[in-house]
Amino acid sequence: MITHIDLGAMLRRTVCELYSDLVTRPTGAAVRTGIEQQLGELAGRTLTVIDFSRVGLLDFSCADEIVAKLLVRCRENETPRDAYFLLSGIRDVHIEPIEAVLERRALSIVARPAAGMPDLLGVADEAERAIWAALDRLERANVPEIALESGIAPALVAQGLDRLCGRRVIMRETDAFLALGAMART
Amino acid sequence: MTTVINLPPSLDARQFELVYAQLADVPEDARVLLDARHTRWASPFGLTALLTIPQSREAPSGLYVPDADDTSSYWARAGFFRQAEGLFEMHGHVPRPRTSGDSDVLLEITPVTRSDDVHDVVSRIQERSQAILSKELNLDVRATMGFAMTLSEACQNIVEHAGRGGWVAVQTYTWKQRLGRRVVVIAVCDAGIGFRRSLESGNSARARSDRWDDGMALEEAVIRGVTRFRDPGRGQGLAGIRRYIGRWDGKLSVRSGTARISIVPSWDDDFPLEEGLPNFPGAQMQITIPERLGK
Repeated sequence: MITHIDLGAMLRRTVCELYSDLVTRPTGAAVRTGIEQQLGELAGRTLTVIDFSRVGLLDFSCADEIVAKLLVRCRENETPRDAYFLLSGIRDVHIEPIEAVLERRALSIVARPAAGMPDLLGVADEAERAIWAALDRLERANVPEIALESGIAPALVAQGLDRLCGRRVIMRETDAFLALGAMART
Repeated sequence: MTTVINLPPSLDARQFELVYAQLADVPEDARVLLDARHTRWASPFGLTALLTIPQSREAPSGLYVPDADDTSSYWARAGFFRQAEGLFEMHGHVPRPRTSGDSDVLLEITPVTRSDDVHDVVSRIQERSQAILSKELNLDVRATMGFAMTLSEACQNIVEHAGRGGWVAVQTYTWKQRLGRRVVVIAVCDAGIGFRRSLESGNSARARSDRWDDGMALEEAVIRGVTRFRDPGRGQGLAGIRRYIGRWDGKLSVRSGTARISIVPSWDDDFPLEEGLPNFPGAQMQITIPERLGK
C-alpha cells in the first residue's frame, strides 16, 4: 500500500497555517507526530511517500525530528507495520540537512528530487550504492540480474541486498527485490 | 551608589571585553550606568550583548545613549532602543525609530524566547537577505538558504538551552580594517545559564571534575557536538553551523562564562580558545561570513 503525505500541508495543519519552513525541533516533532498518526491505522507492508514540494527551508533540527526519528522509531519496531519511506520533491536545500542527520544516526533513505533520478541518501558504501542503483534501474530483479547489471559478484550482491533490506531502502519479495522508486512510480 | 561603566568608542566583540571587565568588579545588586555617549560604532554583537547586561543583574541598569546623532539613529534603525527601553533607565536623547528598513540591517534586533520566534526570524531573513547576500556579498543561492538555516540553529540554542530569552540581529557592513570586504554578521546573545551549566544539567559528573570549566564546555559543545541530551541526534545545529562557516570561509565565535572559542578562518588572527576572561552569564555567539571574491 502506498500512502502520500504532503509535508507542507502537514506542517500547516499540525503547527501553523502560515508556516512554510520546517525549522525547530518542536515543529519537527509535531509534524512527525502528525505523520505517525496518519500512518497509525495502516497495517502490513506500507510505502509512505513524503512530499517536500511545498516545504521551504529545512534545518538540521527539524530534519532530525522528522526524517531520522521516523526511521529510528520504525527500526526500533515501535510501529507494527512493515514500513518503508521515500522522500519526494526534495531540492538541494533539503538534501544537506537530511544527509547530515542520517549519517549521524547511521540511517539511509531513498529520495526522489524535484528534478532528476531517485538517489540513496545517508549511509551506504560504494558497493551498496552500486547495487541499489542497479536495482533502481531494473525496478524488480533477483540476485543474478542485479549482479549482471552492477558488475559485482553475486555473493557480494546478495550480502549488499541483505544490508539494504535491513535499512529498508529496497523491498524483498519471495523471488526478487523491488526498488522503492519504481514502486512509487506505479 | 551607581557605578558608571564606560562603553568603548567601538563596541564590537573584542572591545566588549572591556565592558565585561568593568562589570566583573561590580556586585550584581549594585546599580550600573552604561555610558555610551562616546561610542561611535557598534556591531550586532555589541548591541545584542548590551541588552543582556540588565538581564544579568539584580539592580536596575541605566544607559546613556550615544551623543553622535548618526550613531544613535543607527541604533534606532537596528531596533536597539525598542528593546532597550523596557530594560534600561534611558538617559540622553533617544531618537524616534524610523519605520523604513535600513538595507544594511538585514534583521533588526529581535527577541528570541520561543520556537515561534525562530520561525518568524527565518521567514523575515529570507525575505530581506537573498538579494543583498547575492548582490553585495556574491554569495550564491545555496549560501543564502544555508544562511537562514544557520540563523535558525543559532537562535534555537537560546530556546533549547539558555533557560531564558535572548536576542538576535543580522547586519552587513564593510570590514575595512581586517578584511577590506563586506561581511554579513549574525549575533545571538542571551544571559541564560551558559554552555557549562547546560552541559552539567545532563551529566552531573562533569561538575565534579577538576578539569571541567567554561573552556572545556565550549570545546565539548562547539567542536564535539556534545549536548545535555542523551539523544544522539542532538548537537547537530552547531555542527551544521560549523560546516556552513567552513564552506563559506566564515568565522564562528562563542563566548560563555569565562571563555571564548573561535573557529578562525585564514583571514583572521583571533585565538582559537581564550580562557580566564571576565565572567558573564549566558552565551554570546557571532557568525561572520565574508564577501566572496572572484565570482
